[in-house]
Amino acid sequence: MNDRLQAAMRPVVNESGIEIKPLYGAADVEASGGFGFVGEPGAYPFVRGIHPTMYRHRPYTMRQYTGFGNPADTNKRFKYLIANGQTGLNVAFDLPTQCGLDSDDPLAYGEVGRVGMAVDTLRDFETAFDGVDLDAITVSLTVNGAAPQLIAMYLAMAEKRGYDVAQLRGTAQNDILKEFIGRGTWIYPVEPSVRLVGDTIEYCAHHAPKYSPVSVCGYHIRESGANPAQEMAYAFCIAKAYADEAMRRGLDIDAFAGRLSFNFNVFGSLFEQVAKFRAGRGLWAKIVKEQYGSQKPSSAWLRMIAGGGGGGLTFEQPEVNIVRGAYYALIAALSGAQTMALCCYDEAYTIPTEYAQRISLRTMQLLIEEMGLADTVDPLGGAWYVETLTNQMRSKMEAIMAEVDAAGGIKQLVAEGAIQAKVSAQAYQTQRAIESGEFRKVGVNCYRVEQTEELEVQMHPYNEADTRRQVEALERVRGERDAARVRTTLAAVRAAAQAEQNVMPAVVEAVKAYASVGEITQELVAVYGRYREPVRF
Amino acid sequence: MTQAKRIKVVLAKPGLDGHDQGAKVVARALMDAGMEVIYTGLRQTPEAVARVSLDEDADVIALSSMAGSHIPFCEKLKTLLEADGLDDKLWVIGGNLPRQDHDRLHALGFRGIFPSSSKLDDIVNFIRTHVQGATP
Repeated sequence: MNDRLQAAMRPVVNESGIEIKPLYGAADVEASGGFGFVGEPGAYPFVRGIHPTMYRHRPYTMRQYTGFGNPADTNKRFKYLIANGQTGLNVAFDLPTQCGLDSDDPLAYGEVGRVGMAVDTLRDFETAFDGVDLDAITVSLTVNGAAPQLIAMYLAMAEKRGYDVAQLRGTAQNDILKEFIGRGTWIYPVEPSVRLVGDTIEYCAHHAPKYSPVSVCGYHIRESGANPAQEMAYAFCIAKAYADEAMRRGLDIDAFAGRLSFNFNVFGSLFEQVAKFRAGRGLWAKIVKEQYGSQKPSSAWLRMIAGGGGGGLTFEQPEVNIVRGAYYALIAALSGAQTMALCCYDEAYTIPTEYAQRISLRTMQLLIEEMGLADTVDPLGGAWYVETLTNQMRSKMEAIMAEVDAAGGIKQLVAEGAIQAKVSAQAYQTQRAIESGEFRKVGVNCYRVEQTEELEVQMHPYNEADTRRQVEALERVRGERDAARVRTTLAAVRAAAQAEQNVMPAVVEAVKAYASVGEITQELVAVYGRYREPVRF
Repeated sequence: MTQAKRIKVVLAKPGLDGHDQGAKVVARALMDAGMEVIYTGLRQTPEAVARVSLDEDADVIALSSMAGSHIPFCEKLKTLLEADGLDDKLWVIGGNLPRQDHDRLHALGFRGIFPSSSKLDDIVNFIRTHVQGATP
């Protein structure tokens, strides 16, 4: 290329800070570290995929995030999605449930059933999953602060219906460290919160070894302003903090690492995203094997749900979000995600309608049925650009992880609010760049249309009667349950917390006695206290 | 010539919603524009927002709501702010605010309504105009 052409070219730097060349060749791959770390799919370091045949053997699970109103409403939506070919459930809970409050708590005012399903007691889980085959459909619970109670409810509900808990599959999000960075459904201070994650890992390793008690989420850190390399690097720092907590209790890495799962975002440059996932698979495998001494190959798998993309969707011209969602699904499929979910086109406005959910589901099905995305493993592997970028993204992530460790480790940085301040400063820069037109968003700062007509988005209905029905249901359970058994089991929860024992066995017993989410939270707050948010800029 | 008083903004996250990326971005924009911002952090009750607004003698009371509980929250807050004599302050709200709720929010006393997609400079300019606009 002559100098004049070179000078006329606009510079391109991806969001993770890597300069992108107009053309790549074999020499670029060599300069970035070569092909040495690529390997074969299904073999360490799993850059090309955790299984040898990937989607030829089993296509990605489609797991739209769903839940609203009361458990009966949500049960109907679950059945609708399953009837439309969805292969997993991803349950949304309302904010009171996520924050460990009962539906009749004064702080729950106006929020019951609003952004997810309200859950107070085991009875609500019985209703929500009524008629859902828990062997055929795996269920993911999007809950963090109140995860111990809800994991206990899920296991208790399954056991009551005759499932063998030792064989039961499913996932809880239960990643509290990222809640302090973004999303914000924390309850207790950082230290006891991480101990509770350890309690769930330890409990599941012994009693429900096929259940995934934690899904570490780079996703929300990205939504809070992190770039793709930081998203994955911070998630790995967090996953290591949980692994350390589990091992402090004497668990072997291979007793639980295979059940750790991950949740990552997909918006942004397609190639940067694909490289991020390939690099992340290799880096996580290396960490588990080299730093933790794992002997079991499956412990080193980066099993993940990839999707969402909420931060990339726009309020303007919402129908264009359907197209964005299609590219996001393509990214997730090209990246070898085990599970996929998409934010719906109307999510900047409302909880998705049935119609919007179906479009997202069809988008993911199209890639398998019509576009050939489930035919071949790692189809972008070997491309000079993708392999170079994969090596470069891995180096970026390693550098970020080393920075975190040097600064005191992820728990300390989160407790101080340092990570929060960093990503929120970046979110501000990005917003300024969008408003100046420097960071292009179609329909937002270029190709705008004057929207004079009302947007055709059907709003999610809400009424106070839902709250009343939920509170009445809670009162009925409180009237029917064995009050003495509730008191005894709740006292046992507090005693376990005070003794710094694993609280999960006591939480399971309390849940089986129909103690409520809020009642169990109060016992734990009495011992652990509440988190105080550091507000830092 | 007297120097213009620095505009003081109490910026709160009402209710249980933990989505604070937008609130923090707006807080930085207001600070960059020379305003003093008291950001409350998450999980604020109407009582807490009223109290900090009074204690801080804020010119502007700003809310950021993403989880759809803005109407019940603002109804409670209005009563408390009025009881504290803060109805002459500028009340603004941003976030996920469906268009059909805007009239109701105006009627409750929120003069500035900034739904998703609002521009930072528009928020800054609105506050400057309406706080300083009182003494033209």
